[in-house]
Amino acid sequence: MKTHTPTNESGLAGVDLSRRSFLRYAGAGAAAVTAVIAIESCKKNHDVKRVDVGSGDVGILNYAYALEQLEAAFYTKVVASPYLGMSSDELSLLTDIRDHEVAHREFFKAALAGNAIKGLTLDFSSINFSDRGSVLAAAKSFEDLGVSAYNGAGAMITTPDYLVLAGKIVSVEARHAALIRDLIQFNTFVDASVVDINNTSTEYSKSPKEVIPIANRYLYPESQISFSSIGAY
Amino acid sequence: MNLLNLIEDINNADPEFQDRISPRRDAIKNITSFGSKVAIAALPFAFATLFKKAYGATATTDVNSVLNFALTAEYLESSFYNTYTAKSYIPANDAPGLAIIKTDENNHVKFLKSVLGSNAIASPTFDFSGGSGSGNGPFAGVETSYDTFLALAEAFEDTGVRAYKGQATHLMGNATVLTAALNIHSVEARHASHLRRLRQLRGVMVKSWITGVTSGISISAAAAVYAGEDNTTQANVNIASFVSANAATEAFDEPLTKDQVVAILSLFIKS
Repeated sequence: MKTHTPTNESGLAGVDLSRRSFLRYAGAGAAAVTAVIAIESCKKNHDVKRVDVGSGDVGILNYAYALEQLEAAFYTKVVASPYLGMSSDELSLLTDIRDHEVAHREFFKAALAGNAIKGLTLDFSSINFSDRGSVLAAAKSFEDLGVSAYNGAGAMITTPDYLVLAGKIVSVEARHAALIRDLIQFNTFVDASVVDINNTSTEYSKSPKEVIPIANRYLYPESQISFSSIGAY
Repeated sequence: MNLLNLIEDINNADPEFQDRISPRRDAIKNITSFGSKVAIAALPFAFATLFKKAYGATATTDVNSVLNFALTAEYLESSFYNTYTAKSYIPANDAPGLAIIKTDENNHVKFLKSVLGSNAIASPTFDFSGGSGSGNGPFAGVETSYDTFLALAEAFEDTGVRAYKGQATHLMGNATVLTAALNIHSVEARHASHLRRLRQLRGVMVKSWITGVTSGISISAAAAVYAGEDNTTQANVNIASFVSANAATEAFDEPLTKDQVVAILSLFIKS
């Protein structure tokens, strides 16, 4: 791309050219692209019947609803069967977080109404609920994943009110993530695994394509989700 | 309809068009994503969507002014931590976390300045007593008191979270800038959570999340930072019908308008 010689005074000719060549390519390669996609979706849909979140803003909201179902179910179980040695401070904090996640889940369910996906069946068999380390590690994964998922989906939202709502929720997820991390090891509320600390100090966001396969590890086969309209399974 | 000519025409009419539909990568990604689903026959439609996204919500709002507004808040935070984390009152156990926050805020300043280029505003000078330059405002204790430092840090971080949240819709249509702003927003929330935890561990009645309009800060000037945080209704859904009223307020952080944030920041700006 850099090899193109800028041809206008904005200095952006290289950008311009690359877009033009893409458009030309896209037109010429239409048949091939369509064929590849058809094969790919056939293969993926064949494996298992997924719960599709839908398309557009409804798809994003259902995607968020699925993640909140996961978190709410997790903390409900954590509080119902506390790990060995859970302090009263930790019980109080984890109960608060449970309530926040339940609030998020029920909010999305009510807001989506008839467009809501079904209640998902969770598979937490990989988590040892009697062990503090196992529970907090899972909590950290879920919270960090939630933050990166909301951040990565924000620009896909087309309705301003929904973007604001996602913003209202993601900062609470980030508060959770930081607190859980501080419970695991103090002063790790931000680290290089989630934030670009040596450069911009911006959080690493994740696209639905990156998030959905991770979330599906905690869902029973018939509850695993897809966002087929954007090719995420 | 010749899209290639159209792009050129728009470029001539609007030199900032490239910026509006930036980033190039996302523009291309959008087109490929559309292409894979609706086939290339619908490319004019895909282009129209891209065009609408580029101009839709940002038509009347200058993205640079949003970024300079964010930069002002980051200047305040970075200057604050640069000044006060050097104080001898910082406990050794807390110093590593505060150093992380200081680094993050300085990185945010650098990042926003690099995005804004020559459009970046210069840093104001600050009065961290909250006296608008008098040096004798309600937070003057920050010079000698670690607890006042933490209270102020909490208020600044919570303000930052609310400020970014309030500007998000003005960045719709510029996926790169919006995503970057969201990726800063969540880092500010992580900072706020940690600072609140530090205070909680020192016996202050405060949690990592915001309960109603409470902050554990007794200085009345802080109240503006938390105005409206006691909201329990989201998109006409009564959240308090699912969980306690306190949890309903904690579960959602509320935005502040630019005017509200400016009013808060003005206490701390000398010139």
